[in-house]
Amino acid sequence: MFLRNGLKSFLGGVHPADGKSLASGSPVEVLPPPAELVVPMAQHIGKPAKAVVKKGDVVKKGQLIGEASGPVSAAVHAPVSGSVTKVDRIPGIFGRHVEAVFLANDGKEEWHESVHADCPDAAVTPEEARKRIAGAGLVGMGGATFPTSVKLSPPKGKNIEILVINGVECEPYLTSDYRLMIERPDDILKGAEILKAAVGAKRVIIAVEANKPDAFSLLKGKISGREGLEAEMLAVRYPQGGERQLINALTGREVPSGAAGTADTSVLVHNVGTAVAAYEAVTFGIPLIGRVVCVTGEGVNKPSNFLARIGTPISALIEKAGGMKDNASRVILGGPMMGLSMDDLSMPVTKGTSGVLVLEKREVPASGPCINCGRCVRACPAGLIPALLSRVVESGKPELATENNVMDCIECGCCSYVCPARRPMVQHMKLGKLHAAKQKAKQ
Amino acid sequence: MGLEVMITLGLLIGILGIVFGIGLAVASRFFSVYMDPRIETVAGMLPGANCGGCGKAGCANFAEALVHGSAEVGGCSACGAETSKKIASFLGLKAPDAERRAAVLKCNGRSVKNRFEYHGVSDCVAASLVMGGPKACRYGCLGLGTCVRACPFGALEIRDRMPFVNEYRCVACGSCVSACPKRLYDIVPVSKTVHVRCRNLDRGKMVKEACEVGCIACKKCEKACPHDAIHVIDNVARIDYEKCTSCEKCVEGCPSKSISNDGIKVTVRQAREAAGVP
Repeated sequence: MFLRNGLKSFLGGVHPADGKSLASGSPVEVLPPPAELVVPMAQHIGKPAKAVVKKGDVVKKGQLIGEASGPVSAAVHAPVSGSVTKVDRIPGIFGRHVEAVFLANDGKEEWHESVHADCPDAAVTPEEARKRIAGAGLVGMGGATFPTSVKLSPPKGKNIEILVINGVECEPYLTSDYRLMIERPDDILKGAEILKAAVGAKRVIIAVEANKPDAFSLLKGKISGREGLEAEMLAVRYPQGGERQLINALTGREVPSGAAGTADTSVLVHNVGTAVAAYEAVTFGIPLIGRVVCVTGEGVNKPSNFLARIGTPISALIEKAGGMKDNASRVILGGPMMGLSMDDLSMPVTKGTSGVLVLEKREVPASGPCINCGRCVRACPAGLIPALLSRVVESGKPELATENNVMDCIECGCCSYVCPARRPMVQHMKLGKLHAAKQKAKQ
Repeated sequence: MGLEVMITLGLLIGILGIVFGIGLAVASRFFSVYMDPRIETVAGMLPGANCGGCGKAGCANFAEALVHGSAEVGGCSACGAETSKKIASFLGLKAPDAERRAAVLKCNGRSVKNRFEYHGVSDCVAASLVMGGPKACRYGCLGLGTCVRACPFGALEIRDRMPFVNEYRCVACGSCVSACPKRLYDIVPVSKTVHVRCRNLDRGKMVKEACEVGCIACKKCEKACPHDAIHVIDNVARIDYEKCTSCEKCVEGCPSKSISNDGIKVTVRQAREAAGVP
């Protein structure tokens, strides 16, 4: 176990400026859905969902519009009631086009018959809970968007002893999980109990970083006396919220190199947002059609937290947050460390959009050759040698990156953050991983 | 006394020598692998660039496959017609009579504007990961030279923001085809000179906003072609080279000038100039 200031932590990482005071005081505001929504079929890791509606179809809120295709996939549901205007390709955030269902909102907000929003179900069996979670299209809401039902079914022979509810939110600026913990702690705990039963865990640990002491005390107060629930405060260090770093800090266990999930450590991690969504799905049959999105940054006039439906264009959120300032230069989906820059503000909110960060114009320094200083090695939370990986990819030998475990890179950005030569290292890692995946596909 | 030592040493070394000699002779008998002597000769005839265009692991591997009959002489596109004939006659096989082929870039968007400032690795694959690249056309050439670096024969170079194919150097190995993240290269017989220089799958206004010479899928070419050789499929015109006779009727009618008739002809002239050949 590794301690920083007496609190549990992990080796490596960085400590960027917090930036959370911009939006942390803004209570979650419900953003009414616009007249037109664009719902992509690919909002998760794995195969995109397959659209089961066509132009002209009338849909109710929460109705299935895309069914999961394959073992690692997730269903997609209509965020509003209305009609399908078309099913077409839209440019995706990763460069490839993705299929999307275009909906015209009729404003009636009529739920589909499978949803019983006013009538909660009594406790269900773990198997039934898993089925409802799969049927609701739940994915990891921390941003990774891994299909939740797949995570709840570990491979044979591996059992889950500890369920960790991730309230760490280590990315600077973002406060969506913080507001959820402050405003809906009971729902988080109800969801935690459901997930605990669904996966058969014995202990639940709610993890919060030390920069959110009020959220921690609130949750700790609510769980006192309850069997099997614990809360732990962790040292502030990016990327403490990464599941491997979280498991390591809390239990000292290490996820083995190359492992796809965390089942080998008998620990499972779920985001607080996923816990709330699980509660809503299992108790009321409400599918995942909206989430808390934090719109923040120095480039936006009124940093806020919104409860937005999936399919809402980012431009609508920025407008509701007072619009962009004149010196705004970058719009990032996610946080400043791992988020993705975007230029098309008509792109929709998806299940994984934890935040929209608008940054001011800043000088981008030129990058140079590696000076072998070793800062990245010290910063890497995955124990890799980023300098080596970056250099071999840059010099056209990506196969050496595969040999040196580039697949274990979590793309957290710590290496790029500390590099004095300003090398675009995370991009090199992504290229190295692309090459490794291509080679694997060839075999 | 000195003499005894010298004789003993001499005998010792002599015996060691004989023992090792016998050992080597035995090993060379039992551990030898029979290599068909033709493989070395054929490997010597091949260009030796190890470009991988044949699908084998280098020229030596390809030579082995040729001699064992698991590959065809035509499999090596880097061989010229003469070399292919030489190899074929040496092995007692029929010479391939496939026409020479070369790479063609299906994009002419050198004047396409940027949607955003890209700061990152100067590579097309890397740039393509960021919202499809900085160009207004998400399907077109990014001009950062990934193909140029991938070509083992130095047949590509960036000229006025876009790659230029030197037909004299191109051996149609296919490295550029796999390197380009937008899949803009095709391997085409050199006699075909008419090409649709666009792969944009949007249509009409969206294309015009992105690029002046993009295919807007108006289908004028399809109607103009007397050989049924060009069709608009998924919003972009595509030429069936088996049917195309390079009559250029589609080129005349195209309102956005997306079809070029410079093909390889002009490229040959430019290639000659570039190579300093009269």
